[in-house]
Amino acid sequence: MADEEDIILSELSDDELVLQMHDDLYDGLKEEIEEGVSILLERGWTPYDVLTKALVAGMTIVGADFRDGILFVPEVLLAANAMKAGMAILKPLLAETGAPRMGKMVIGTVKGDIHDIGKNLVAMMMEGAGFEVKDLGINNSVEKYLEALEAEQPDILGMSALLTTTMPYMKVVIDTMKEKGMREEYIVLVGGAPLNEEFGKAIGADAYCRDAAVAVETAKSFVARKHNQIGA
Amino acid sequence: MALSAEVTADPALRLPSDAGLTEEGMQPGLAGRVLLLACGALAHEILALKKANGWSHLDLQCLPAKLHLYPDQIVTAVEAAVLERRADYDQIFVVYADCGTGGLLLKKCKELGVEMVEGPHCYSFFEGNAVFAEKAEEEFTAFYLTDFLVRQFDAFVWKPMGLDRHPELRDMFFGNYTKLVYQAQINDPALDAKAEACAARLGLAYERRFTGYGDLATTLTRVAE
Repeated sequence: MADEEDIILSELSDDELVLQMHDDLYDGLKEEIEEGVSILLERGWTPYDVLTKALVAGMTIVGADFRDGILFVPEVLLAANAMKAGMAILKPLLAETGAPRMGKMVIGTVKGDIHDIGKNLVAMMMEGAGFEVKDLGINNSVEKYLEALEAEQPDILGMSALLTTTMPYMKVVIDTMKEKGMREEYIVLVGGAPLNEEFGKAIGADAYCRDAAVAVETAKSFVARKHNQIGA
Repeated sequence: MALSAEVTADPALRLPSDAGLTEEGMQPGLAGRVLLLACGALAHEILALKKANGWSHLDLQCLPAKLHLYPDQIVTAVEAAVLERRADYDQIFVVYADCGTGGLLLKKCKELGVEMVEGPHCYSFFEGNAVFAEKAEEEFTAFYLTDFLVRQFDAFVWKPMGLDRHPELRDMFFGNYTKLVYQAQINDPALDAKAEACAARLGLAYERRFTGYGDLATTLTRVAE
């Protein structure tokens, strides 16, 4: 944008500022996002509205353009860094103001896999969508996953792998959950570059999620179904 | 598919530059009974083996090495090339391992009735699939480069990851790695020095390991026979 430097965020109307923040997120402009978040909060916006209307909505555009091959991983990472900076301001406020809670997720990359970019994006977008996320980090053994499930009692277990050699470990985790009679207690979502829907089905996951946006939508729909089942 | 050199039976005359192998691949000579349909990253190694063993009945076509940046495109490109070339040869052998396709390339090759190299990727078959698998437990924090990838480091690693424009992203990509292992197919001090420089740019410890051609040699020997 040619006149980008001339834009003074505090002089924009709310609607203009939100659109500008979508642009800034797209361009990975961390400081501008922090400033935009602060301005909206000063204007009396709830932290939840800032999160959903400015950050999550902006990141959804980034996600769609990544899926369509318009944006690539480096640009998505820059956008994610900017969103993370905005979320850092909002997180303590969200806790105070009691934003809607969608459910809880335990997530981590599987044993032998250190590639966590996709997993981190999913964790961030899930938090943005109102899920509480317990991130186990990288290289998780079946014992670590099960320990976390016991301790955290989440709705969802998310597993991620980038390597063809490590993705079969997801089946080890799911099979162990079955052996222990705890598989049905959790929604199991899997993702990672070499995975596909067929693999997800074959290992007994509830769903394969192609990207972070799909993970959020899938998680929402499974959690809603689970709650309906409990309510019925 | 755009191919960069004219048809000639002599592979040495057809071999494009490394940049050409990355971007466009290499067309076949349309000579020989068996077509090796390979990744551009393997062209030098396959031609070296072909020359050393006198495999004149093996022809070579390479698909662009950059397909590795989008592994789903490998399956489509291999299928298109097999269908295009199968009438010209008695046999086509696909010189790709799984290469991040999550089993889809193997499935496609079975559908097409062609064989491919065993293993997850070239780092594995250069080292030897069995040895690589044994080491996996203790070496999963290693980032591997082959001769080709050392030569094409900027085109294959640095630029596609946006590190030329955003070096601050380096640790998001490589922060969980502990070392760079250069799997050397040949002994070349210049490549060794470049690989070490690559490790420094990524902020990783450096290790050089001579692998030669590993399982690629045994696999192609079987195909040649």
